[in-house]
Amino acid sequence: MSRSATAILPGRRGLAARLADALWRHPRLLLLLMLVLPVSWLGIVYLGSLASLLVQSFFSIDEFSGLINYQFTLKTYRELLIPANLDIIVRTVSMATAVTLAAVAVAFPIAYFAARYARGKWKAAFYIGVMLPLWSSYLVKVYAWKLVLAREGILTWLFDKLHLTWLLEAYLALPVIGGNSLSVSYSGTFLVFLYVWLPFMILPLQAALERVPTNLIEASADLGGSPRQTLRHVILPLALPGVIAGSIFTFSLTLGDYIIPQIIGSSRLFIGQAVYTHQGTAGNIPLAAAFAVVPIVVMGLYLWLARRAGAFDAL
Amino acid sequence: MTAAVQFTGVSRHYGEVRALDEVDLEVFEGEFFAMLGPSGSGKTTCLRLIAGFEQPTAGHIEIFGDTAEGVPPFRRNVNTVFQDYALFPHLNVIDNVAYGLMIRKVDKTERYRVAEEVLELVALPGLGRRRASELSGGQRQRVALARALVNKPRVLLLDEPLGALDLKLREQMQEELRTLHRQLGITFIFVTHDQTEALSMADRVALFREGRIVQTGTPQDIYRRPNSRFVADFVGSSNVLPPDFVAGVGGERRWASLRPEDLKLVADGGHAAVVAATNYLGGTTRLSLDAGELRLHALVPSSSIIPEPGDRVRIDWKAGDLHLMEDDA
Repeated sequence: MSRSATAILPGRRGLAARLADALWRHPRLLLLLMLVLPVSWLGIVYLGSLASLLVQSFFSIDEFSGLINYQFTLKTYRELLIPANLDIIVRTVSMATAVTLAAVAVAFPIAYFAARYARGKWKAAFYIGVMLPLWSSYLVKVYAWKLVLAREGILTWLFDKLHLTWLLEAYLALPVIGGNSLSVSYSGTFLVFLYVWLPFMILPLQAALERVPTNLIEASADLGGSPRQTLRHVILPLALPGVIAGSIFTFSLTLGDYIIPQIIGSSRLFIGQAVYTHQGTAGNIPLAAAFAVVPIVVMGLYLWLARRAGAFDAL
Repeated sequence: MTAAVQFTGVSRHYGEVRALDEVDLEVFEGEFFAMLGPSGSGKTTCLRLIAGFEQPTAGHIEIFGDTAEGVPPFRRNVNTVFQDYALFPHLNVIDNVAYGLMIRKVDKTERYRVAEEVLELVALPGLGRRRASELSGGQRQRVALARALVNKPRVLLLDEPLGALDLKLREQMQEELRTLHRQLGITFIFVTHDQTEALSMADRVALFREGRIVQTGTPQDIYRRPNSRFVADFVGSSNVLPPDFVAGVGGERRWASLRPEDLKLVADGGHAAVVAATNYLGGTTRLSLDAGELRLHALVPSSSIIPEPGDRVRIDWKAGDLHLMEDDA
């Protein structure tokens, strides 16, 4: 070997090279440069508007003039608690809860299959199957469901062909969940919410289940755990962060949505619709803001409870 | 003696791959049995068949006289210490150890009492509230051991349990495992690729190669009387002598093994050799010697006079130390 090569290569020339070297020597500077844009976006545009929203909710509206009274008061929140408004909150939170629970129940077997058994092309089929609905417009899907659920729709036709119309009628006659047709009932709203948000539950759940090491499942079986016991004592606790992540999506997306209940459902309002009406036609920005605070509080409460229950211990 | 585990013609194939191929095996009750072999030789598959994580493609397995194939792991009184311990990350130490009892619906005070007892047995008392992630490798090893022992298994399986520990800790754990085995009197089946570990710990050793067992016997048997070149080379890297050489020094025309520590440097007589290299190993020094076409290794005490590379020396051995092998595989 020749002796000519030096141990340390000579410094590079040129502005770009010197800059790259300087950034290598100061990794914190690089980090700062990378973060400054997204953080200012989050900090100013997002958190800023959130703060201004919060502030608005502490103003009130003058009932006679319709003008906003810029004085801090809890009057708007008191208004939030009148029966008509409380109804909207209870309805929305119940719907979000039902949708989330159903999403966990439907998503778990699919996610479990994908995480534990699907390999190669089956895995690709899984991802495409789950993501494909997300590629088409949300409005298109909701209107498609309208065609399925309407009184003159596909489902009514199907029940008729199966001579099961009596079953559909009996279901629609049920209080609360029933209605004139599926497309104007809570059941319809529920089904569409469930369909539209399902991928947001499947994907985090699948990721969490995939991270459960096989040898822990074997260890549980080795120590006498039947498959059911292993599911309950090992797989579910370890997949819980995934369930929570998925439920944050399904829960908060349902809490905030104002289009689905408007197209499919009874005419009774959900929080999103209330916000829309109050800030638009009614011009009651403080009440709209107060309504918008509700999902934030509910989510905060939910995460706090989940944390206390030890949902994040495995992280 | 009763057989704790008996394999009759057991195979485990994955498509074309024969992880285990027509293996016959008998492990006696109360024995410390080691399954030794290079990686991919089938020893771990063998262990997983006993635990019930795998089912044989052919053949018959009995555990204490009962048929084991088709029986899931949770219905076998056999417990495993996993290679990477497989401790439950969401449970603390005491709940990890008590897991087997919790599954059997033993009430809480009783199972914590028993778990604490077992933790004392493995010299790890009072750490119950810690999480597995807060423990050192050696401590995790002990927790895994305690967890496997809490159900009082009839057979304890250990899958390379000491692989991740450093040398000093490994030697200490080897001794403790021996003591534990004597105390409990249950059958231990131990998988390792480390031949010194197998020789120093086990009552009997089975040596695996490419899905088959090539030799089973006591550590002395395996070391002194290897039945093939593979065994001689794998266990203690013996000098493997070809038939022509053996015939040339007055033996039968067969393959033979000669342990490096049995090869002596002598003042005169014996055979001529040239020192090719010396490796200082602490207490001993390993000499690489060229005797004609043959490269031989000798282990000599470092306190003796060590020749320099290039020196001409005379080497010899006792006739009884030259071990003729049955086959030439």
